[in-house]
Amino acid sequence: MPDTLLPDGILTPARPDPAHVPAAPASAALARPRARRAGMAGRRFLSPLLIVLAWQAASSAGLISPQTLASPWQIGRTALALSADGTLGRNLLVSLGRAGAGFALAFAAGVVLALISGLSRLGEDVVDAPMQMLRTLPALALVPLFILWFGIGEVPKVALVALGGVFPIYLNLFKGIRSVDPKLLEMARTLRLGRRDTIRHVVLPGALPDLLVGLRLSVGISWLMLVVAEQVNASSGIGHMMMDAQDFLRTDIIMVGLLVYALLGLGSDQGVRWLERHLLRWQPPSPGYRA
Amino acid sequence: MSAPASGGMPATVLVRGLERRFGNTTVLDRLDLSVGAGEFVALLGRSGSGKTTLLRTLTGLDPVQTGEVRVPAAQAVVFQESRLLPWKRVWENVALGLEGADARGRAEVALEEVGLGHRLAAWPLTLSGGEAQRAGIARALVREPSFLMLDEPFASLDALTRLRMQDMVGALWRRHRCAVLLVTHDVDEALLLADRAVVLDKGRIRASFPIALPRPRRHADPDFARLRAALLDALDVRAVDQAA
Ligand SMILES: Nc1ncnc2c1ncn2[C@@H]1O[C@H](COP(=O)(O)OP(=O)(O)OP(=O)(O)O)[C@@H](O)[C@H]1O
Ligand SMILES: [Mg+2]
Repeated sequence: MPDTLLPDGILTPARPDPAHVPAAPASAALARPRARRAGMAGRRFLSPLLIVLAWQAASSAGLISPQTLASPWQIGRTALALSADGTLGRNLLVSLGRAGAGFALAFAAGVVLALISGLSRLGEDVVDAPMQMLRTLPALALVPLFILWFGIGEVPKVALVALGGVFPIYLNLFKGIRSVDPKLLEMARTLRLGRRDTIRHVVLPGALPDLLVGLRLSVGISWLMLVVAEQVNASSGIGHMMMDAQDFLRTDIIMVGLLVYALLGLGSDQGVRWLERHLLRWQPPSPGYRA
Repeated sequence: MSAPASGGMPATVLVRGLERRFGNTTVLDRLDLSVGAGEFVALLGRSGSGKTTLLRTLTGLDPVQTGEVRVPAAQAVVFQESRLLPWKRVWENVALGLEGADARGRAEVALEEVGLGHRLAAWPLTLSGGEAQRAGIARALVREPSFLMLDEPFASLDALTRLRMQDMVGALWRRHRCAVLLVTHDVDEALLLADRAVVLDKGRIRASFPIALPRPRRHADPDFARLRAALLDALDVRAVDQAA
């Protein structure tokens, strides 16, 4: 079944062509994995496609009212219209700015705090206890307090994103620093590496995989925080666009906002994955289990 | 009871009355040992007799509780596992902490010497066990130690690779002429490589066998067999050996 989705030519059986006989086995061997991958990708997209088609059919037949859920076709047209008149771009920029600023703050603060408490016992005593207490607070419950403190401008939104994102970074990097292989630390001592060089060559690279795990979690939480911050009170941003649409029963605009959030989440996750592949290229690829 | 350096060589390593306790158990009990300049000493002893403990004290990983330990500053150690940093390429591992000009060039020369010239830029996790161990030896040699410690460096390798590595270590030692302390369970390995074999038991060096066989050494040599029997006897595994 998935074979029908393949790009033309890849699985076409080689025509008996005497001129190309010697080359055929090699090219077939090269093409097969690619064809397999394309086939798997095709299979993965098949069922979402069917769902969207069914949804469109139900909308067209009048089974789903547009006030409940706009049709895929309508959502697509609205997305184009919002892009064309600049509404989408303007709000997207605002949202990206908030998320970017909040996440950057979270990353910087998380890394600095983890270095302080990870690399010195005194630092641990000073920094770790308050961090462990703060992390048990549900960040979202701080919204009312943040509005009282920071008003309703950009500050509380950025602060909320930063607060949500800082803990995964801190906790994972701290754990990474503390769990560096003691045998490698001993090795560094026998090579007479100083403290600075040991931290630079052994401790920090050893903690990097954990930092990247924290980074991925942090990025996910940052988007979550952004959604909440923009829906509670905002006069711009994707979340605001969606809340506005709610007043006019415009489910198509709400769906466009959801789609944008999803794409942002997906894109940033891909970014972190790329970073992992690049920074951890010393790790042999682990194929994992796939049936 | 004393374990003098063979010949009249000046001692590079001198240990006097070294004691090491873990709680109530005494692992090293007033241990004496000396290794002459350029001398190759094999350290044998049953599992748990304290060989690694002695090595860790000599490299400075463990403190000297009681006794006197004199080792040269120019020393290097190779552990049973290679302990390479997985996030640094092979040559970077070897060059780690090197001072002076052209650390990379010197690291590459050392790697060529152990036969890893074709794997300079490889990631350590892609090396075979024998290759990783050779990289560890290159990392030690590039520091030009006057005292080299090896803690069962070939224990986890297959028999064939182990023979090759023994040859290589012998050749490297002849070229570099550093004092060597090789911890091993393998009596044949000691007889192939060392000038002297010492046996650690109940916290002390209980026996010291000079091995005056001509090099290159052969298992078929009758003197080899005689020394082998004597060493196994000292290790008290003769009975087990015959029963097997
Ligand atoms: N940190 C430690 N705390 C408590 N006991 C220890 C410690 N390190 C070593 N020992 C004990 O000291 C004894 C000697 O250990 P060591 O590792 O030196 O033996 P070994 O001769 O190297 O043995 P093997 O041939 O199996 O490697 C063992 O009984 C061990 O349990
Ligand atoms: Mg040991």
